[in-house]
Amino acid sequence: MSKFNDEQLKEFSRLVARYPEGKQKSALLPVLHLAQDSFGGWLSAETMDYVAEMLQISPIEVYEVATFYSMYNLKPIGKHLFEVCQTGPCMINGSDDIIEYIGTKLGIKPGETTTDGMFTLKTVECLGACGYAPMMQMGKHYQEHLTKEKIDAIIDECRKNAAANN
Amino acid sequence: MSAEKMLPQIIKNMGVKLLLDKAHVPGIRFFETYRKEGGYQAVEKALKQMDPASIVEEVKKSGVRGRGGAGFPAGMKWSFIAKPEGVPRHLVCNADESEPGTFKDRYLMEFLPHLLIEGLIISSFALGSNDTYIYIRGEYAWIVDILEQAIDEAKAAGFLGKNILGTGFDCNIYVQRGAGAYICGEETALIESLEGKRGNPRIKPPFPAIEGLWKRPTVVNNVETLAAVVPIINMGGDEYAKIGVGRSTGTKLISACGNINKPGVYEIEMTLSVEEFLYSDEYCGGIANGKRLKACIPGGSSVPILPANLLLKTAKGETRLMNYESLSDGGFATGSMMGSGGFIVLDEDQCIVKNTYTLARFYRHESCGQCSPCREGTGWMEKILKNIDTGKGKMSDIDLLWDIQRKIEGNTICPLGDAAAWPVAAAIRHFRDEFEWHVNHPEEAQKRNYGLAHYADPIHVPA
Repeated sequence: MSKFNDEQLKEFSRLVARYPEGKQKSALLPVLHLAQDSFGGWLSAETMDYVAEMLQISPIEVYEVATFYSMYNLKPIGKHLFEVCQTGPCMINGSDDIIEYIGTKLGIKPGETTTDGMFTLKTVECLGACGYAPMMQMGKHYQEHLTKEKIDAIIDECRKNAAANN
Repeated sequence: MSAEKMLPQIIKNMGVKLLLDKAHVPGIRFFETYRKEGGYQAVEKALKQMDPASIVEEVKKSGVRGRGGAGFPAGMKWSFIAKPEGVPRHLVCNADESEPGTFKDRYLMEFLPHLLIEGLIISSFALGSNDTYIYIRGEYAWIVDILEQAIDEAKAAGFLGKNILGTGFDCNIYVQRGAGAYICGEETALIESLEGKRGNPRIKPPFPAIEGLWKRPTVVNNVETLAAVVPIINMGGDEYAKIGVGRSTGTKLISACGNINKPGVYEIEMTLSVEEFLYSDEYCGGIANGKRLKACIPGGSSVPILPANLLLKTAKGETRLMNYESLSDGGFATGSMMGSGGFIVLDEDQCIVKNTYTLARFYRHESCGQCSPCREGTGWMEKILKNIDTGKGKMSDIDLLWDIQRKIEGNTICPLGDAAAWPVAAAIRHFRDEFEWHVNHPEEAQKRNYGLAHYADPIHVPA
């Protein structure tokens, strides 16, 4: 089972120190983000149990939070996660076409991962980039004013980086 | 009331900027530049020359209303905070901006993080909060770094931490990331989330001012509201209240999007007409691609959508203004709301049914599931709207939709139920014939949109 390394433990301590004595459960959301980032982009049952142990709370308290918030992935995802907004303001600026284009190009439907494990496509609801629509979240950052050309460039870049790292 | 409404039409909008005036100064994101441009003078004034009670008094006098959407007077909210002996109090900044169409707080935090930090220090001092939290939506991950850097800079300069400016006041600010849940913008759900739980809103009372974070007295305010405390302290509450009109004092950030030439975040004086905001080059720059205006959701996706002919003028034929009173003129029958300031514009090619469907899907996705009218009702509305949109609707579905939204509204613990009901209600109220056309022409509706129809025709104003 994976455990936080020294650097991650340091971050864990920084997060927990923000709250009063005995209120360490307040760190649960940020600690789950840390765990997800540290252990392959998703939260396995083992990871959630580990977080419970670290925060000295019961595992069910972690499960009920992990299943409530949409940013926690409860199954493995591809190396690159495309989270494309489909709510009103993005829809009227063509997000349906963007979702379809990515799906066709990668041969997957929303919620699926490519067989090479490179890309996961997910549709999401409003991410607060309505003036820069259509858009998607990729990791920590937003990709805005999406066009088919821009999607092509992003996918090429991801593949190029993967090839360079192999 | 009527005299108040007549007035703004003759007041020249001076374009005063209180929040974003320095947004384009290179380097304003960093302490050194922000300070050089006059930043943190309000903190010096508040902490050295004023006491907490007089700060609350200035905020009351300013008339500033909660900028997150509810519009409740901020000074009054502050005055409710309980002060039991020996119990710490907390200020929490609501940066969980998630209402579709709204992206103003993001802009403010990205470009002017120190303005928010400055407002937070003053507000923390006024409320007696030594540990203040910014709860930011999890997706704004990169903004967490911007805010934490600003906090570190302010701390290094002696504006945060122990004994700020030698006054004996200690204050720390922490940034907490959410993890994808619109409901956490509701203040009691936000507090639950900050305690490490699911974002289920609490039953009120007790209100957070009495029992909030960790059962301690807590004030939750929106990013823009707290940033506005800086100009309020600098200029004084009375001067701030002179800007704007009636109970719409000060300036408001509007995030404009949809089919317009210049989407973006604008700071407006609330004497500006909707027409000028929409068509002048200083703001939205008109409808994109030379098309005509069909409809607009003026205050974030939960407020009633208005057809073109009720947007620019009220049902009484008066010029509609970008403020709390004027946008809601006519009630829900012919008006809308200021809400969060998310201004969504739809051109003649947009489909009201499809748009309403995506919003219904949004609210179904975001319902916390605690109250059955909202949990079940939002799911029903989404399914029915999808059917109508994809040509599988029945005429009775339109009445069923109306019936469902009526049964959600007012029957839930928190306002998410209302937020889900209102867009559906307003779409049927103003665009019923477009829904009927979808039902009567299921195949044609898959190929083309209903178009502008009569939605921009001048409304007959009774003499």
